[in-house]
Amino acid sequence: MKTLSENLFTEPKTPYPDDKGRYGDFGGRFVPETLFSALEELEQVFRSARDDPEFQKTFQYYARTYIGRPTPLYFARRLTEHLGGAQVYFKREDLAHTGAHKINNALGQCLLTKRMGKTRVIAETGAGQHGVATATACALLGLECCIYMGTEDMERQRLNVFRMRLLGAQVIGVDAGSKTLKDAINEALRDWSLNVKNTHYVLGTVHGPHPFPWICREFQKIIGMEARQQILEQAGQLPNLLVACVGGGSNAIGLFYHFLDDKDIEMVGVEAGGKEIAPGMHAARFAGGSFGMLHGAQSYVLQDEFGQIGSTHSISAGLDYASVGPEHAWLYSSGRVKYTYAMDEEALEAFQLCAQLEGIIPALESAHAIAYVIKEAPRLSSDQIILVNLSGRGDKDVEHASKFIKLDT
Amino acid sequence: MNRIEEKFKTLKRNTEKAFVAYITAGYPYPQCFEDVMLALDKAGVDIVEVGIPFSDPVGDGPVIQEASYTSLLKGTTPAKVLEWVANVRKKTNIPILLFTYFNPVLVQGISAFLKKSAQCGVDGILCVDLPVEEANAYKMEAEKNNLSTVFLVAPNSSEERIQHIVQKCSGFVYYVSRLGVTGEKNDIASDLSDAVKRIKKYTDLPVLVGFGISKPEHASFVASVSDGVIVGSAFVRYLKEHIHGSQWKNDFVQYVKSLVDATKKTKNTT
Repeated sequence: MKTLSENLFTEPKTPYPDDKGRYGDFGGRFVPETLFSALEELEQVFRSARDDPEFQKTFQYYARTYIGRPTPLYFARRLTEHLGGAQVYFKREDLAHTGAHKINNALGQCLLTKRMGKTRVIAETGAGQHGVATATACALLGLECCIYMGTEDMERQRLNVFRMRLLGAQVIGVDAGSKTLKDAINEALRDWSLNVKNTHYVLGTVHGPHPFPWICREFQKIIGMEARQQILEQAGQLPNLLVACVGGGSNAIGLFYHFLDDKDIEMVGVEAGGKEIAPGMHAARFAGGSFGMLHGAQSYVLQDEFGQIGSTHSISAGLDYASVGPEHAWLYSSGRVKYTYAMDEEALEAFQLCAQLEGIIPALESAHAIAYVIKEAPRLSSDQIILVNLSGRGDKDVEHASKFIKLDT
Repeated sequence: MNRIEEKFKTLKRNTEKAFVAYITAGYPYPQCFEDVMLALDKAGVDIVEVGIPFSDPVGDGPVIQEASYTSLLKGTTPAKVLEWVANVRKKTNIPILLFTYFNPVLVQGISAFLKKSAQCGVDGILCVDLPVEEANAYKMEAEKNNLSTVFLVAPNSSEERIQHIVQKCSGFVYYVSRLGVTGEKNDIASDLSDAVKRIKKYTDLPVLVGFGISKPEHASFVASVSDGVIVGSAFVRYLKEHIHGSQWKNDFVQYVKSLVDATKKTKNTT
């Protein structure tokens, strides 16, 4: 495919991030002083890697031969017929090595780790997909790997904990606070500030202090770059609507980025509505959040009137986070992207429908995006196209989902 | 001139080292705030750093994390902390430095929060996750309210950054003696003396050293190469283990005093 010979890091079509790591009013670099120089070093190394054809060649080599890129674009015929409206296409990131888009960023950042001459990698994980992806890239490149994971998430994602350990990573349970993703990030940041000399922190989403949101976007935008070319080849037209789930927001920004200048293409990010939109029961930051700062970036945050970070709930560990990437906050406030949410129950229904009609078990995260498509496709006409990012596969969720789904025997 | 600046003027005149104590407000329980503050005053502490507990204290080690978590569970809010400060202010003139994460300040409004703090008798503020690059509005508002602004310098801060940081500091400069988060450790960085000199090239402000100090001999060593000592986790842990019955106040005063005395009798070695 032509995309793989192109420069992966073509110039951004937006002015952001600016040189302070800002996306409008959002983003920035709010960290204790001990981490500041590490972020400056990382930004420098990434800038030079981005301009280095050798680095790009290495990344592209692994993207093709190891991750399995380009991932297919698939026309979901039976789902389309069932919904009776727009044509639905899946960008199959679930077919990327390790089963989700997370590997794009994990591999890219582990290559940066080697470039910085560091030998140890740490990462946080919620659903376990970023942890597995990072452990995988570390095994591939011979890096020591330590994954922080909330003990609540370890329970929800036991299989992924075993996978990470099998790949040679150390998995450290975090028992503080809500015992989920945000607490794992806190602990990873503490480890990093202590071991910054030999350790790189592979942050898994487009959140965190600058340059993380930028780096992660640059490694994930390959999703939309491929999808754009694929849909033109297969359907002969651009899509009318892009849909992706949004936790931190890396798969969504990865899909959206290369379409941002196509003003006629609508984009929708789907957050986790959880049980209901009430404090502690969901993770829909644009529905129940407000302006604040968490983990180094200003964005929308679920919090109380005093700025204490709120607890969250989602059936999907990967969406269960109190803040959202700063670029999404900007895309929301500028009106370019719309954000909505799907409830736990709707995601579970989409999970089953997709399995039964397409033979694809999506990750519960991605099922949130499909849940929106189920509502929206019938409203559109059959000559319109919805392109949804199937960001991960659902094998990891089967055990958890079986507690909620009653199947006929 | 606020109480922090006056304090350093006096210390300088007496060629005395400064001793700063950190506590997490509302820990081990909210009712003890005033007793703890008055005990610190009695023990001869020069400045108290009052920590506002935060839900996600990324810059703190396990002791202060647990203290923050417990304090929040018991209902501590930034508004209550300021109310307690206002009450204790009627009984002591001890300089108070608020230690906080940035989000509570941001969400309540930088201007409103700093104004309220000053009204309640706070003398300075330290936002642990607010870098100087992002601190222009904050610095301006603090000056308006006669609040000192303390920022951290770390062992890996570049010379260029040190210059930026000390320009934004008032009251004193806080040097983090080790990489990592707050907590007690058994050894104290031996290149401390060089680090303090590196900062002093760019500022006349006092340079105080914190993170990792728990014993009189630590305090004495740190004081010998700097302008003073900051002790945090050790006090928080002490309170957790000893705050019961009625005897704790005297014991706590004695413990704090052992560190204060070690600091005060130290003279420069450099």
